[in-house]
Amino acid sequence: MKHKVPLSGNSAVAYAVKAMDVDVVSAYPITPQTTIVEKIAEFVANGELDAKVIHVESEHSALSAAVGASATGARIFTASSSQGIALMYEIMFIASSMRLPIVMTIATRALSAPINIWNDHSDFMAVSDTGWVMMMAENNQEAHDDVVLAYRIAEDPRVLLPVATALDGFFMTHTIEPIEVISREEGLEFAPKKKTWYTLDPDNPVTMGALGDPNWYFEFKKQQYEALKNSRTVFDEAVKEFEKKFGRSYGPVEYFGNEDAEVVLVAMGHVSGNIKAFIEKTSAGNVGLLRVKLYRPFPEDLIVKHLENAEIVGVIDRALVPGSPYGGPLYSDVIVTLSKNNLSKKVVDFIAGLGGRPVTLGHIKNIVEKLEELKLKPQKDLPKEPLFVGVRE
Amino acid sequence: MSKSLPSWRELPIGAVILQPGSTVRYKTHEWRTLRPVINQDKCIRCRLCWAYCPEGTILELDKPYTTKAGKVYNITYEVNYDYCKGCGVCAYECPVKAIEMVPEVR
Amino acid sequence: MVFVEDVYLFYVFKIYSCKVNVVFEIRWHGRGGMGAVTAADITASAAIKAGYYALAFPEFGAERRGAPVTAYTRIDERVIYDRSPIEEPDAVVVLDPTMITSPRVLAGIKDGGYLIVNTAKDPKQVVEEVGLKGRKLTVATVDATDLAMKVFNLPIVNTAMVGALISTTKLLPLDRVLEVVNEKFSGRIASLNAQLIKQAYELVKVVKHE
Repeated sequence: MKHKVPLSGNSAVAYAVKAMDVDVVSAYPITPQTTIVEKIAEFVANGELDAKVIHVESEHSALSAAVGASATGARIFTASSSQGIALMYEIMFIASSMRLPIVMTIATRALSAPINIWNDHSDFMAVSDTGWVMMMAENNQEAHDDVVLAYRIAEDPRVLLPVATALDGFFMTHTIEPIEVISREEGLEFAPKKKTWYTLDPDNPVTMGALGDPNWYFEFKKQQYEALKNSRTVFDEAVKEFEKKFGRSYGPVEYFGNEDAEVVLVAMGHVSGNIKAFIEKTSAGNVGLLRVKLYRPFPEDLIVKHLENAEIVGVIDRALVPGSPYGGPLYSDVIVTLSKNNLSKKVVDFIAGLGGRPVTLGHIKNIVEKLEELKLKPQKDLPKEPLFVGVRE
Repeated sequence: MSKSLPSWRELPIGAVILQPGSTVRYKTHEWRTLRPVINQDKCIRCRLCWAYCPEGTILELDKPYTTKAGKVYNITYEVNYDYCKGCGVCAYECPVKAIEMVPEVR
Repeated sequence: MVFVEDVYLFYVFKIYSCKVNVVFEIRWHGRGGMGAVTAADITASAAIKAGYYALAFPEFGAERRGAPVTAYTRIDERVIYDRSPIEEPDAVVVLDPTMITSPRVLAGIKDGGYLIVNTAKDPKQVVEEVGLKGRKLTVATVDATDLAMKVFNLPIVNTAMVGALISTTKLLPLDRVLEVVNEKFSGRIASLNAQLIKQAYELVKVVKHE
């Protein structure tokens, strides 16, 4: 077994950026992301990483600089949270449409108002339609590994799309945990630096960011749609090779617990860990967890495979879409996937842990009990709206 | 839908244009309703129209010209009518009003 | 995954936990500036160095100097999944003596657990003050403020309280903690902290309250 070192989630991400020998880092500080880029700046100042750190005046500029730098063929990293991600929204579409393999880490945090620096998935979910490959870790080791996987996937000529990795603010970013650090040598062997995309080169000039009128625009959207869909194949190959090389195995989803469980919870991020702890502690053979790691492209096949035999499914959403017919974004993905595959399942949405409210083992117990109760009712009697867990009535 | 244009499978990704200088093929003269006409006798060769033109369509040519008053110039300014959009900034800026915007007749 | 040198923790587990999945949870109470978060971090890092799995996390707030701060350390032999705040700690470490009567500080300490306080008072006095009737706790005190003032001329008591914790609970070997301190701090600060930890380790007074 390799030596493990105690690192915070943010340091773990920064070490992965170092292992990837990134050329340009442009970012603007925001809690809980700040210490990722601080650590990277420290590496650069100490001469441990030969990169240009660009201090910009906003997140909009941070991603704009990343787009420009990536267009020159450099390996890019940026990171942000919450309002910062919201400010990047416009450029996120441009990065994915220009097919630039930028890697960004989202230290997930609630969106204002009221001002809240704590964790939920409002920011991550708000940018899930921007055409990026998106994944979310459950622990700090995974947050570290995801950055390495991200470059491998982003720069694959079959993909060439930006990749967002995510880790939960504070619950992971500021939590110390044992990490097996990937070295620069190992990292670059796994994801070698190769210019696989069109770049701005005076000897070989191209035009980027030109007008695409109605005669042209549509074709590029179709290309993008296909590329994001096909990135799943590249993800699967990458995790397979990652396991061979580093011994840690990941998949687009992770199933935990008894395969025949009647009650299956679907969750993302650190709360999945709390659910695992609940299942272990209570020896709940009747409860399973389906953790979604790869959110875009959404792993429909595996969602179907693992939910097919469940009696009832509870989706834990840590973001809210007011006024929508579904309430929580993850719930809508699950419902659409099941309905596309003609699976008529009882699925209940739970909104939990907004704005950093901890989702405790007690909350999980309440959710499981509610599902056990609803399991016996006919489908038509299921709640038509999401259930809010732990909110004061 | 235009049949002659390439399918999404054939296009370079990310809307990148691979041939340099491809805008030369896009002649913008059709946008013009007024065309600038330079009066070579009035023109004092100050170069201001050349400097102001947003499209670089004022040409500075090594073509000697003798005005009616007998003044000899070594250069002549002419307009590249393939790309001039007829915005009129040259006529507006000309200090001696040597450029006239005349209606385009096609 | 228990190392020979780290039988300490395993011993503690055997006594206080009858579950297969043994875990030791510490809750730290202090005020912004005292270093409760760093104390949680040092303890977890020492445990990780000793081959355990450990998490250290603050009760995430915008920490301000003087405001109450809570931090957590969770140590296990196996991978830890649970990242929720610790509600039933095996040990509570109080960095500020004015906080010991707060119900939040005493909440949920497991039967047979530890209460470790930075105070000049005797553990018996703390037992009386807090009113531990009917609770089975090991109470320990050390005057970390006094020790820190003498060493740093500043009331930064976190490292001293780590020393008091490992001395009272025999949770981890002292060497591992000193190793972490030497990595985390440099030069004079490292050696002063090491000195402080050793002093607290020696001077802590322990009483078993039944």
